[in-house]
Amino acid sequence: MNINLTLIGQSIAFAIFVWFCVKYVWPPITAAMEARQKKIADGLSAADRASLDLELAQEKAAKQMQKAKEEAAVLIDQANKRAAQIVEASKDDARKEGEKLIEQARAEIQQERVQARDALRTEVAVLAIAGAEKILETSVDAKAHSEMLDKLAAQL
Amino acid sequence: MAGTPVEYIKHHLQNLTYGKLEAGYERFDGSVMSETSWTFARTAQEASDMGFMAFHVDTLGWSIAMGVLFLGLFRFVAARATTGVPGRLQNFVEVTIEFIEGIVRDGFHARNPIIAPLALTLFVWILLMSALDLVPVDFIPVLAQAMGLEYFKIVPSVDPNATFGISIGVFVLTIFYSFKVKGISGFAKELGMNPFNHWALIPVNLVLEILVMIVRPFSLALRLFGNIYASEVVFILIALLPFWAQWTLSVPWAIFHLLIIPLQAFIFTMLTIVYLAQAHEDH
Repeated sequence: MNINLTLIGQSIAFAIFVWFCVKYVWPPITAAMEARQKKIADGLSAADRASLDLELAQEKAAKQMQKAKEEAAVLIDQANKRAAQIVEASKDDARKEGEKLIEQARAEIQQERVQARDALRTEVAVLAIAGAEKILETSVDAKAHSEMLDKLAAQL
Repeated sequence: MAGTPVEYIKHHLQNLTYGKLEAGYERFDGSVMSETSWTFARTAQEASDMGFMAFHVDTLGWSIAMGVLFLGLFRFVAARATTGVPGRLQNFVEVTIEFIEGIVRDGFHARNPIIAPLALTLFVWILLMSALDLVPVDFIPVLAQAMGLEYFKIVPSVDPNATFGISIGVFVLTIFYSFKVKGISGFAKELGMNPFNHWALIPVNLVLEILVMIVRPFSLALRLFGNIYASEVVFILIALLPFWAQWTLSVPWAIFHLLIIPLQAFIFTMLTIVYLAQAHEDH
């Protein structure tokens, strides 16, 4: 256990090791660690911001949903009203059409009755003249008695 | 290899010494040095006769190897350090650095970019040097003997030269920063007016403060040396047991030693930080 030059050699080695560590080992590693810390801090704050953004977006989406629902309700209401109107209107139309048809039919019937009556009247006049001729055994001058016959026909 | 247990223990605690032998010195085999020259000591007596002009080749070699291992590993990581997801090795290095950063932040409040890397170097280097203690005591000496080297002690912190070399470095740094931060007058005032703040007691203060200052490197170096030396001696004693019985003691002792090694490295580092923090305190 002799004290000798080893002591000085050891001190020199120590000095060189410390110098090397101060210059080439410590700074790059601590710099990398600090950079990573900053990265993580940035990432965390970005995540915070993102969750805040998400909340806002959800709120916005909920609002829009509500608005859309309200609009849809209004639209459905309008559509219902419109449908009712259309149904009402078509009912009206149908009734009018039906009445019109009935009216037409009545008019036709009336017309046919008038025609039939006219035809019958004419035939009755002819029959009456024929009957009178038979009775009188003479021909009746249609012209001479047409006035009387017309009166007769009109009475039928 | 030596025969008796005492010789065995002494042999294991002897460093491989390369030093200067004077002309006319009678060597272990009776031959006489014809001229002053540098050579390897073949006996403990020769090693001690070399005096101050000698190197412990094993201490220097292994401590430098451990320092290079530490710096090489950390530099390897530093050059490839990513700010993204770190790999296992980078993680390990970063954990070590964060640990050191934590104790420096707690104990050292001034601004000095040297202190934290200094503490890191001390901690890892001392840890690695002491960890060599866990290598079985006969492995390396037997290998060295096969290579023709009489002595080989691989644990640098079992050599007081190594521990004193580091603690003197720390001592020089504390003195340097005391002057740098406080100035000559400030430092002189601190030495002269503490702990008794009265002009008449300046001599007493001076003696006390200088004593405290001088004792620091001794306490640093001897604490580390004493602990690791004692552990090493116990390992050597266990190695004297029959080979089949050694594990019953060496395994528990090694496990216990796993606690001692980081603890001693931590104490050395922590005290260095405290001393340097005191040097930076400006009253």
